[in-house]
Amino acid sequence: MDKINALTISTPEGIEFSRKLAGPVTRFLAWSVDLLAIMAINKLLNVLLGVLGLISRDIAMAATVLGYFIVSIGYGIVTEWHWRGQTLGKRLLRLRVTDVRGLQLRFSQIVIRNLLRFVDSLPVFYLVGGLACLINRRAQRLGDFVANTIVVWSPPVDEPDLDQLLEGKYNSFRKYPHLEARLRHQVSPAEAQIALQALVRRDEFGPQDRIQLFQSIVNYFKSIITFPQEATDSISDEQYIRNLVDALYRPKSTGSMS
Amino acid sequence: MIINLQKFITEERPFWNELETVLEKLEKRPELRLSLSQLERFHYLYQQTSGDLAKIQTFSAEPNTRVYLESLVARAFGEIHGSPEKPHRLAPLHWFFTIFPQTFRKHIRAFWICLAAMLVGGAFGGFVIVVDPDVKEVLLPFSHLHGDPSERVVKEEAANEDRLAGGKTSFSSYLMTHNTKVSIFTFSLGMTWGIGTLVMLFYNGVILGAVALDYVLAGETAFLLGWLLPHGVIEIPAIVLAGQAGLVLAGALIGWGRSISLKERLRNISGDLVTLIMGVAVMLIWAGIVEAFFSQYHEPVIPYEVKIGFGVLEFILLILFLAKSGRRGGGKLHRRHPEMNTDDDG
Repeated sequence: MDKINALTISTPEGIEFSRKLAGPVTRFLAWSVDLLAIMAINKLLNVLLGVLGLISRDIAMAATVLGYFIVSIGYGIVTEWHWRGQTLGKRLLRLRVTDVRGLQLRFSQIVIRNLLRFVDSLPVFYLVGGLACLINRRAQRLGDFVANTIVVWSPPVDEPDLDQLLEGKYNSFRKYPHLEARLRHQVSPAEAQIALQALVRRDEFGPQDRIQLFQSIVNYFKSIITFPQEATDSISDEQYIRNLVDALYRPKSTGSMS
Repeated sequence: MIINLQKFITEERPFWNELETVLEKLEKRPELRLSLSQLERFHYLYQQTSGDLAKIQTFSAEPNTRVYLESLVARAFGEIHGSPEKPHRLAPLHWFFTIFPQTFRKHIRAFWICLAAMLVGGAFGGFVIVVDPDVKEVLLPFSHLHGDPSERVVKEEAANEDRLAGGKTSFSSYLMTHNTKVSIFTFSLGMTWGIGTLVMLFYNGVILGAVALDYVLAGETAFLLGWLLPHGVIEIPAIVLAGQAGLVLAGALIGWGRSISLKERLRNISGDLVTLIMGVAVMLIWAGIVEAFFSQYHEPVIPYEVKIGFGVLEFILLILFLAKSGRRGGGKLHRRHPEMNTDDDG
């Protein structure tokens, strides 16, 4: 089976939405945070239960043993139930446990995936779970597999500020509204995204690469639609793409996106 | 074609915001029930947002709005097409006296297989001790069982002071947590198509059989029964029940030629697995208390007849509980727990 990095769910209404799957490394980091949280809770519990020791050392010891056990097993169950699929570590790393079909998580699913940690954590450092995660096409550890759950990652989306990106530059394409309209009609979303991303990430390239990249993109768009020479003559390839993005994403060229 | 994003977002955002508000309310309060008109509105907002997502996917590559709408549609999809589980009142007594024994009986075949594995292990352990008594130092994991049973009995019965004084509660909690871990592990090994579960049960049976035969052959049967029965009649069946949960899991993984998908099979048994394991935990809490506070005291402190009688009574009650509790007149079952399925994979 091929490995996938996103799970696409189709609704009965014919709509598709996808969830990015979390990899073993991110999950391991989240687990490390959770481990620290469990240790901190247990430390706090020890201090609190130390008071019990003034009454009876036996009872204090029993409460400590039970407390440690309950916190170790209950931490994942309680937090994932309360925060709808998230523990502290998962919240920090923007991970969430969800049902494999996109449905609501059931309590039994949370309990099972947390109980099966006993096998996933074998022999050390979640080796079994990590290997299962690498082999499984939905990056599920054994507990996820049995509970029908996946762990999804919601990366922060960099919001391109088009106003700032395109501000203050004269757009020579504006003189040709009929060509702009044809451009919007003929350019696919994916093609438009290439132009936009090239602008957003322009500082990530070396000078030579940047020139070559914008040249290639301009040549490609020129093959789709050609603006008159007077509109393109005196502008750089980068400005050409800027004009293009302006025309594609801001047909009326006013205001912000949202 | 690229749609005019600015116009599109301005026009549609009120719907998205309204849907997000409803979702936040539903997610914060799972028990919340919407009225018919609220439900209709919620469904309308979901459809509207789904339509917007489709438009964005088709006509624009703008990632922010798409990701936002995907997350909104995913959350609404989960609420609308959610599982049949309804929020229900916490009813621990109903769960323990009805749901738990019903679930046990539903998968009774798995229980018999586990019991057989343990009994075969027990017979093997007993046989090995009879054939080669010296092997017990290798076979038995606890050093206090390596010596001569009669010597231990004399020592225990002659003890004047309570060796667990001031430590009974902590010993009890240690037993509870240790046995619960062993049970969860036995259940989890169901992932190995049940082989690991059966090996665990067999191994536990070997230890039990070896210890039992060792004491019987030494003529210390009364001590053995008085020592093991009070807690063992609950603890040992609890481990077998954990194995039963493991085999139920294994059965779902294997499928046995059933036409439903693996995902569906696992979904069907998830509630039963949790019920069985939670039932096992309750049994082990009781066994831990009995073992620390009762089992470790021998004659002359507590007569063996009392201890054996207590153990037998517990065992009868356990059998009656598992066999009869939760049955209605005529053997009909109570209304099932919402998570429980009707599929009998025994």
